[in-house]
Formats: sequence, C-alpha cells, structure tokens
Amino acid sequence: MTEILGSLDDLAARVPDGALLALPPEYSFVPMALIRALIRRGAKDLHILTVPIGGMAADMLIGAGCVKRVECAAVTLGEVGLAPRFSAAVEQGRVEVIDSTCPAVHTALQATEKGVPFMPLGGLIGSDIVKQRNDWKVVDDPLGRGNGKIVLIPAIQPDVAVIHSPLADRDGNVWIGRRRELATIAHAARTLLVTVERVQNESLLASEATAAGALPGLYVSALAEAPMGAKPLGLVEHYEPDHDELACYGREARSEQGFRAYLERTVFAGTRAAAE
Amino acid sequence: MSGDADYSDAEFLITTVARLIETPDVRHVAVGAASPIPGAAALLVRKLKGGTPRVSLIHGKATNPFTDGGREIFDCAGQGRVDVFFLGGVQIDGEANINLVGTGDYPKVDKRFPGSFGSAYMYFVVPKVILFRPEHTRRVFVPKVDFVSAPGLSAPDVRRPGGPKYLVTELCVMSFDAGRGRFRLESVTPGRTVEEVRDNTGFEIEIPDRVAKTLAPEPERLALLRSSVGREIADVYPGFARDMLGVAA
Repeated sequence: MTEILGSLDDLAARVPDGALLALPPEYSFVPMALIRALIRRGAKDLHILTVPIGGMAADMLIGAGCVKRVECAAVTLGEVGLAPRFSAAVEQGRVEVIDSTCPAVHTALQATEKGVPFMPLGGLIGSDIVKQRNDWKVVDDPLGRGNGKIVLIPAIQPDVAVIHSPLADRDGNVWIGRRRELATIAHAARTLLVTVERVQNESLLASEATAAGALPGLYVSALAEAPMGAKPLGLVEHYEPDHDELACYGREARSEQGFRAYLERTVFAGTRAAAE
Repeated sequence: MSGDADYSDAEFLITTVARLIETPDVRHVAVGAASPIPGAAALLVRKLKGGTPRVSLIHGKATNPFTDGGREIFDCAGQGRVDVFFLGGVQIDGEANINLVGTGDYPKVDKRFPGSFGSAYMYFVVPKVILFRPEHTRRVFVPKVDFVSAPGLSAPDVRRPGGPKYLVTELCVMSFDAGRGRFRLESVTPGRTVEEVRDNTGFEIEIPDRVAKTLAPEPERLALLRSSVGREIADVYPGFARDMLGVAA
C-alpha cells in the first residue's frame, strides 16, 4: 500500500544519504518543495541521475553540498542560462560528473523497467562520452546480421525517485498525464516518493479518461500533499513558472555567497528561528 | 548586420535558416529546447508551404505532439521520422565535431557547460542536421574540439543515416561534405567578407572562387514574422518574440 504521509519532512526522511536519486526533467512535475526539504534535512553524498536533463533542483542540491556525483545528459537553467552551482562545482572538482546523453538515460531506465541487464542503443560511437564510460560497451552486431557496431547501455536502478503531481487518490494512484517518462522512472526505481497538489477520494482508475494518465499506486511508495509544490517551476495546466524568481536564482547563484543568501531566504527562512 | 538594414539580426538568421529547410525532402522538423531562431524558421516555412513540414517544438504545448514521454522524440528520430534537427556547440571543429560539455582537459575542465543533451544520438539519425551558432569566432570554431559530444564523421562500420549538412553563423552559411570531411563556404552575410570568415575560423574550409551573398529577408516573410508567424512564435518563446520581433504573446 502507498503510505500517505503527513508532511514533506516525513517524505524527505525517506531519502537516505548516499542514495542514487532520480530527478525528473525541469518541465515535468519537479518536486521543488521536497528538494528544499531535502536540503533542510542536510542530505549528504547523494548520487543524482537527471532524467535526462537537470535544472534548478539539481543545481540547488549540488550547491547545498548534498551531492557527491551526478549522472546527466545536461544540467541547465534553460532560458535563464547556465546552472551556476553545477558549473562551479564541476570546475572546482567538488562533484563528480558522469556525462551521458538523453536517450542513453532513457534506455538505461527502460532496461530496468524490462528487468534486463542492458539494452543496445544506436548512434553514440565516436563520441567522447562513450570513451569515458567504462560501464558502456561497444560490440559488433551480436546477431551477426551486418548491422555494424552498437553500444550496450547497462540498466540503471535508482534507489529513490521523486516527483510532484497535481493529483493523487487515496489508493496512491498518481496523475502524470502525458509525462510518460515519469512512468519509466517509477517502474525503474526501488522507491518512488511523490508530492501532490491534492489527494482526492475518487479513484483515478474509476474512469478510462483518468486511468490513461495515471501511474498506479503499485509503484508509489509514499506520498504527501504539498500545495504549490513545484514552485517556482511550473506545473502544466495548474501554474506557470515564476520567471522573475527563476531569473533571480540564476543571478544570485552565480556566486557562492549569493547562493547561500538565496538558500537562507527560500529554504531555511523560518526554520532557523523556530529551532532557536 | 548592416547598420541601415530594415530588419534585425534575428530576422535575418530566421529567414536564412528557413531557406535551408524549405526543400521537398523535409516533412518533419523537430526543434529542441531554447532554440527560438530555428523554431521560428520552422514555423515560418510551415506557414509559407501551407502546413508542411510538420513542426515539433519539444517544449511547446500544442506544438509538442509527443505523448509518450521524453524518449519519444529520440525513438521517433531513430525510426527515420525526423528530417531536420538543430544542434549548436560551445566549440565546433573542421570535421563538424561538436562540444557541448566544456573547455579544457576533460574531466578537469576550465569551463563547464550544460552537457551533450541528445546530440550524441540525434547527430547520427537525423538526415539533415543544421549546426546553428551565431557567434563566429576562433573561440567557437577551433582546430579540434576539447570534448567530442557528437562526432561529425563516422567509420563505415557504424550505422549512420544522418549527420551535419549546414552550419549557419552570423557571418555565413557553410555546407558540410561528409565525403571530403570538410566545410564549404556557401554564402556570406551582406556587409561581411570572405576574409572575415577566414580570419575568424580556426580550421581550413573550402572557399570557392566566387561566393554569393546570403539573401536579405524577403519582404513578405518579414511581414509574416511580424504578424501571424510572430504570434505563433510568441506562444512558445514569448520573451524572444517580444524582444527580437516586437510581437506580443
């Protein structure tokens, strides 16, 4: 059964230090409130997998010192510009990067989804990504049908994945709409933690129209309500990204000092006073 | 661009890219994140040709046709259903290798950029990849990239239906000849010179005896960009449409 927890902090406590943590792409159901709770709890030594591109969530976790290693096809703030804490941490050697490419991240999760140890993927050969990935292997067409060389991508099984959705029901079924990469992430991860705008009584599986966009509770370990839980990012058909706030982050996070001030204001505000 | 032109740099680049994709072989143009000029060019061509090619802007809503998650655009391209895609590069070299990762001695890079995105796959499977990089300097166009996110050329035992066909910069349009493994200068932006192109390119390119000028934006296309197509662009790239085309969302 999916557990319905009372608070974000209860959910954040379920992400152990050192876990391989999968994060959804920036346009898609990012649990920013939970990311802030993780930073408040002082998560350490996380290995992040961005599926396949990271943004503000990954940048904040890296800047806050929660991350030891990041596997990514890219980390970027999109129109705001470079992800400043990611770039700085890589340049200063404070975080290890394992460079990948978008379809390789999807393929690695699809292998886990299918319960197979690896999957082949076209392209890639000749890229320095392949050269530095000792875990990938280039082989000749194993079926001997003259298809040339191909890359084998090992399965990745995240320990934990986190997403934010507009809606869940009491059975733990979660609305994901057409963001099917969230289903792939959920199928592949050992534990899926979900924050939602609200929990409704009526089952999402009661009608075909909602069932088609639902992730069954089968894959959902625990969830908690977090209204506006994707802010300052957007949540499709619920709220737009707060472009001013995102631009503000992009500016302030350019320096370590500015980033610390941003964290104090947006992550720790209130909690320090309450603890004193 | 030329100081007294009645069009902006963005409008010039949009119409330049549009000419490269308005060929009969192009049925589907896909555009990645944060690429407003290529996206605008694709929407312009679609309008001019009455609905063909299909245009998929992966960060749009109604303009994003994909319903099977982030992998669908790559699967779709792998099936041969995407004819044009755009890539850029922090660095690009004379063999059309592109670097989106960083400069310096990888992994100890001096300057880290976002990463390779889907380039290492799309470059192989999309028949007409257009490299789009307005900044034309020796900082970008280097003799050899520091990191190959995606290679311009492949050995014969690697299946590769796709690859680079053109490079568009603020100075010129080049074509890429995979057989000879090098770029050829096709046309130069009005007001700029072949010498400028040569001086600002860190690798050898083929320069024909006579090099045409890139055409200025056609008036009817400019009018579309500033009206109906501009509004479509504004739906997806509101900031760009407002600042570069003067069109409100």
